[in-house]
Amino acid sequence: MPPTPHAAAPAAAPPAVLPQGSPVPNRPITLSINGHDHVVMVEDRTTLLDALRERLHLTGTKKGCDQGQCGACTVHMDGQRVLACLTLARQAEGSAIATIEGLAGADGTLHAVQAAFLAEDAFQCGFCTPGQIMSAVACIREGHAGSEAEIREYMSGNLCRCGAYPHIVAAVQRAAAALPPEASS
Amino acid sequence: MRDFAYHRATTLEQAGPLAARAESAILAGGTTLLDLAKCDVIRPAEVVDITRLPGLADIRADAESLHLGALVRMAEAEGHAAVRAACPAVAQALALSASAQIRNMATLGGNLLQRTRCAYYRDPASFPACNRRTPGSGCAAAGGITHNHALLGTSEACIATYPGDFAVALVAFGAVIEIGTRWMPAEEFFLLPGETPHREFALEPGEIVTALCIPASAASRRSAYLKLRDRASYEFASVSVAAGLELAADGTIADVRLALGGVATIPWRLHAVEAVLTGRQPTPAVLREASLLAMQGATPRPDNRHKLDLAPRLVHRALEQLLQGDAA
Repeated sequence: MPPTPHAAAPAAAPPAVLPQGSPVPNRPITLSINGHDHVVMVEDRTTLLDALRERLHLTGTKKGCDQGQCGACTVHMDGQRVLACLTLARQAEGSAIATIEGLAGADGTLHAVQAAFLAEDAFQCGFCTPGQIMSAVACIREGHAGSEAEIREYMSGNLCRCGAYPHIVAAVQRAAAALPPEASS
Repeated sequence: MRDFAYHRATTLEQAGPLAARAESAILAGGTTLLDLAKCDVIRPAEVVDITRLPGLADIRADAESLHLGALVRMAEAEGHAAVRAACPAVAQALALSASAQIRNMATLGGNLLQRTRCAYYRDPASFPACNRRTPGSGCAAAGGITHNHALLGTSEACIATYPGDFAVALVAFGAVIEIGTRWMPAEEFFLLPGETPHREFALEPGEIVTALCIPASAASRRSAYLKLRDRASYEFASVSVAAGLELAADGTIADVRLALGGVATIPWRLHAVEAVLTGRQPTPAVLREASLLAMQGATPRPDNRHKLDLAPRLVHRALEQLLQGDAA
């Protein structure tokens, strides 16, 4: 990567200062997703969410509001839950990214949170569910799933238009009982 | 969202000049900048990512002060034992902000610089008039829905509320803001809109907030942050208050710190209320008398008139809570 915009840059890099309105060309970056490195061509302004969905075709991570208000795009960066819609793909370079596609075991065994969402019928349309599940995995790992009130507070960044909240809370409680804190990654 | 070029700064000395260039914007957690870029409110030609700058993510506490690096994430500060001990109001203000995901992303420096949630400011396509966004263009909010617009510190040009929680606690406890090599009291950092609402912070182009420092005090150690919202969680304040209290041996109030959020154009320190309380016994009558001064000078609108009652009651509740020793 170019150490400064004025220093000698790789041939693929665009000039540091572009005339207003000129498009920034695609350039390659490497993203570590679910334990595998992917080289992907992105514009500088491409979000992690668009890189996942439009370039790598990992469409499990959903685009709801695209403005940081709904939580449908929740992924993990270095173990922390973040919003992929407000993260630039280039900011995610060098971090370990985990998405819903990487949650189940290699043999297809569901993660305890996924199994709990099925057992508790914790969704209707399912659009918010990948974000809910990724958020819930982190919520339990953080130790913030101790009570119904705590779960509601620490899951408040994930909206559900169908209003499945009581079942989502039940699923998080069920999964938290199966997974001790700090051991659910 | 307009195309922009991305630069990752590796040193502070490099980041400043990059950020000072025309149409350049500093990028940290991204939760304000990328949101407003998508709204077409901020249209940078280049962004300077400062999140990898070294040495700006420390939390340190000693007998003198609590030092918070500007790149500390909200979630880390919220859960940090030193923060909770030195100033519970700061930890609580952070915990009651945004969502868990956003608190993992947003930095403390960026939190100070978050922009108003005024719906007219955020929607240039529907509401071209906004003096804060486009100087001289007018104010669409003035004739609009003003349920959560400001009552204090407003001007003819702008009535947009400062949305943050963390800064309210900083202002209450006399924090100073480190900007590279210079320091500034938090209370001077936020600018009243006046006739220049587009100038929101006392920062020159290219200047970068590097740390926040809260002087140690007994009032800061015995403090709380209370927040009322239109929904239970993940919402900006309808009214919030940062409060801290120190009692003398005879039970009188030796030191009291109060600031309001959700009702003013900047984090709003309640100097007049503090002055009435200081040196007196905290009887219910004294608390009531002082709290009623909280909205002195307010200019209400039909949609937000209820806050004239709501804010004094929340100040009163915060003081009662601290007196009961229920600070944490």
